[in-house]
Amino acid sequence: MLKISTNPHVQTSRDTQSLMLDVVIALMPAAVAAIMFFGIDALRVILTSVAGCVLFEYLACRYWLKSKNTTTDYSAIITGLLLAYNLPSSMPCWMILIGCFMAIIVAKMCFGGLGKNIFNPALVGRVFLFISFPVQMTVWPVPYFLQMVSPDGETGATTLRMLKSIDVSSSASSKMYSISDLPSYLDMFLGNVGGCIGEVSALALLLGFGYMLYRRVITWHIPVYYLGTVFIMTAVLYFATGDAKFLPLAHLLSGGLMLGAIFMATDYTTSPMTVKGQIIFAVGCGLLTVIIRAFSAYPEGVSFAILIMNALVPLIDKYAIQRCYGEKK
Amino acid sequence: MTKKFTFPMGGIHLAKHKITTDCPIVNADIPEFVTIPIKQHIGSPAKILVAKGDKVRVGTLLADADGIVSADVHSSVSGEVTKIEDLPGASGYEEKMITVKVEGDSWEEDIDRSEDVEKEINLTPDEIIAKIRSAGIVGMGGAGYPTPIKTTIPEGKKANILIVNGIECEPFLTADDRLMVEKAEQIIMGARVLNRALGIQNAVIAIDENKPRAIEILTALSKLYIGVNVKICKTKYPQGGEKQLIKAITGQELPLGKLPIDIGCIVQNVGTVFAVYEAVLKNKPLFERVVTVSGDGCKHPGNYLVRIGTPISSLIEQSGGLNENVHKVVVGGPMMGNAVVNLSAPVTKTTSGVLLLQDGEFSKKEASSCIRCGKCALACPAGLRPFAIKQAVSFNDTVEHMRKLHAGDCIECGCCSYVCPANIPILDYCKIAKQEIRKK
Amino acid sequence: MDDLILSNIYILGGIAFVAATVLYLISKKFAVRTDEMVIKIAAALPQVNCGACGKAGCADFATACARSDESSFANLYCPVGGAAVMQKIASLKGYAATDRVPSVAVLRCQGSCKNAPVKVEYDAVSSCRIANRISSGQSGCPDGCLHLGDCIKACKFGALTLNKETGMPEVDTRRCVSCGACVKVCPRGLFEIRRQSQAGGMVYVACRNKQKGAVARKNCTKACIGCMKCSKINEAIKVENNLSYIPPELDAGALGKELADNCPTGAIIYKERIHD
Repeated sequence: MLKISTNPHVQTSRDTQSLMLDVVIALMPAAVAAIMFFGIDALRVILTSVAGCVLFEYLACRYWLKSKNTTTDYSAIITGLLLAYNLPSSMPCWMILIGCFMAIIVAKMCFGGLGKNIFNPALVGRVFLFISFPVQMTVWPVPYFLQMVSPDGETGATTLRMLKSIDVSSSASSKMYSISDLPSYLDMFLGNVGGCIGEVSALALLLGFGYMLYRRVITWHIPVYYLGTVFIMTAVLYFATGDAKFLPLAHLLSGGLMLGAIFMATDYTTSPMTVKGQIIFAVGCGLLTVIIRAFSAYPEGVSFAILIMNALVPLIDKYAIQRCYGEKK
Repeated sequence: MTKKFTFPMGGIHLAKHKITTDCPIVNADIPEFVTIPIKQHIGSPAKILVAKGDKVRVGTLLADADGIVSADVHSSVSGEVTKIEDLPGASGYEEKMITVKVEGDSWEEDIDRSEDVEKEINLTPDEIIAKIRSAGIVGMGGAGYPTPIKTTIPEGKKANILIVNGIECEPFLTADDRLMVEKAEQIIMGARVLNRALGIQNAVIAIDENKPRAIEILTALSKLYIGVNVKICKTKYPQGGEKQLIKAITGQELPLGKLPIDIGCIVQNVGTVFAVYEAVLKNKPLFERVVTVSGDGCKHPGNYLVRIGTPISSLIEQSGGLNENVHKVVVGGPMMGNAVVNLSAPVTKTTSGVLLLQDGEFSKKEASSCIRCGKCALACPAGLRPFAIKQAVSFNDTVEHMRKLHAGDCIECGCCSYVCPANIPILDYCKIAKQEIRKK
Repeated sequence: MDDLILSNIYILGGIAFVAATVLYLISKKFAVRTDEMVIKIAAALPQVNCGACGKAGCADFATACARSDESSFANLYCPVGGAAVMQKIASLKGYAATDRVPSVAVLRCQGSCKNAPVKVEYDAVSSCRIANRISSGQSGCPDGCLHLGDCIKACKFGALTLNKETGMPEVDTRRCVSCGACVKVCPRGLFEIRRQSQAGGMVYVACRNKQKGAVARKNCTKACIGCMKCSKINEAIKVENNLSYIPPELDAGALGKELADNCPTGAIIYKERIHD
């Protein structure tokens, strides 16, 4: 019996599952870096987080939404990986599971699952943990390599905390840092600094970025505009004030900026759909990141910046309309 | 390295599947009966001139153009008119068709059947257009817009460039490619005829880079004639779309709601240009065309010169018959062609290919929910936001809203449905939006 | 400590008082004056905003009722609420209630999977609008039901269900309020709102196929073949393009039964009562 269907009669083989699998592959270098720097603890955090996210999504599909099982599209694995990358290696397992619950159940399935959530699930999980357990979330075990060099402690401060504290020399209560305390740019680039397990190595993240570009999972716009905005903003502040806490390259290479710009801000569901919108979104993220890093109490602003811009995505989508063929320029 | 032209906005790269590139054009068998629809073009159906029982010859006028936007229809065989009635077409909907029972193959006397290429053009533009009109030529790329209207320049406008569309960007199809390789000189003469009719000396034959033979032959030949040039375009779908081709060749965008002639462009398919050559210099009306029979379910794919009105089933039989795995027969290319319901439907002036597709690569995949990746907007060569149009249709939005989204400017190329990772048939929704806009 | 609490109470209380006053004044000043009558009528309406009355929604209908005089009121009718609601509105207005002949939506097609066998498989979005565009449908009848249920999605009253066995939508006449949503949505115009005839029942041709008899019959065993038998029984019945249409004014009753019994294909359906 012949079939009738609408044209086109051929469809791409790049379905949701294959795109998501590519993102998982792109996230792998960072996982390797994390395990190299933070050892078996990093592996524990990653496995717990991924398992938690997949389990919660499976349970939600099976018993709550009573819909088709969507764990096979790999999106839960991505959320799990991203959440893990945003945690320090000393995070207890039960806290990670709470983060998974917030990410999958509250931020994703409550809205109807993949494609319908407003906020990036992994970031919601991270921010929830960050606010609920500020102590555990800001204890940064020192990477193995760093311990070998200066075996003076189990935990250290992130580059951003150091940058933040450089100017508060007047306050006696806070620990002071000087520019000489900052790790070298090479260490920052390779990831030999304190921080969340997945965010430390800019090199690993850039490798993932290259892979995603090569496989055409994402376009270059969001990461480049995001990083560019941060770089330009901090450079302007640095030259205007001369304050060392605005060192542009240090800002670019430290904290969750690379991870956020490459993997979180480019999340399909929570970013605008047109290139024009994506540029507005990325620049907005960049500005907010610098504002939060420079002027708020928190040393890190990437998660908040992206979440705030996530909320603005429907608005951006409404007004950032690309020019259509034949329309006047 | 010659410069390669393309359009900047959207577009996709498709697997070529051009398995019939090296198959020479062969004459298809003449069937026992042909059924010739009286409306194979855009516009009003032609007025029937024959009656049941009339004897006709190859090239006899069967139906006369009714009004300006219409086209003559000629008999493609010799024999007796046995039926004039509504018969189901490829989509299953009925159309008025003239059935001719084939007896022998005798042609009208004034048709020049020699193989020599005629090189003398002594006619005035008006005479050329009259000949094109009486040959019943329509755009053979797929739309079927009557060619005489396109070649008649409206008052106050001026043609600058004739673009001969030899792109054929759809997978599988090679009919135009073969025509350019085998009838290169005739196509150049056709372009010169049209040049004369339009009063210009500037014809550009646009060919995409995956047709090296055609490029080689036509480039060499075009050097011998004034006013005909070959330009090479990048292989990208939908490079053969009128608007995309104009942008690639002239660098100009066709403003919204304007016709190509408004910016001095005229685009004709190579098949049409060949038909113009035959009509003007050989007195041969349009009653046969080259059709590619191909697809992954086709035993002996090839390019056939087919009499119009030949049933699709007869063409399929000649190329090896239907294999049991074939689940879909498509008329046209896999991107813009339509699935056939009724295999006894005839080949028409706009049938560029018949594809037999098997399950697997060419079966519809199950749609999942939109992941908001924006790939459809990135691929849309019209610069639309297909996802927004889809949303507007599924939420039953107002027609004004759909108009604001420019849904009416969709060129129905199918790029959005092709790239969608969730396999959502976005084009279907765009078509509904277009329909709603047209209704109002 | 006490001062702190007291000052808080004063300040917040003060703000609350000022804000309340401002709000009160604004609500008085910018109050939208609505007709009492409109509110009362609107309260009596079903409030489903289906548009069956021809107005934009229930509020619009209520306004129209409130503004109407005795003669124009007779033209207003809410088919969803029916006689009961109109009685209520009429008593509010002090006019006589208009009575309407009850009507329901009927499906003029019997091309079920059994009567009209499937010849090609439909493999695209489950939407009649799309299916109608690309082909004549699975059975080959260019005017028949496409079985994809656009009408069912359009019905706000749950009066339509898709019978899985036959593939046809079925009208639950007790739920149908003859709002006409299905008539509008069906790309092949298969639904018709038919009034009950004077004798109580209704009779209609359940086919829209305009093909020649033999062709139509090949597509569907219950097709109207344009044999003219029905038009010979009653001259008011017209057969055009091989398709018969029974005007709704025709008194069903005994005639209806005769028509249905004499139809050779069973395309004519007769019902003694509109509610089955």
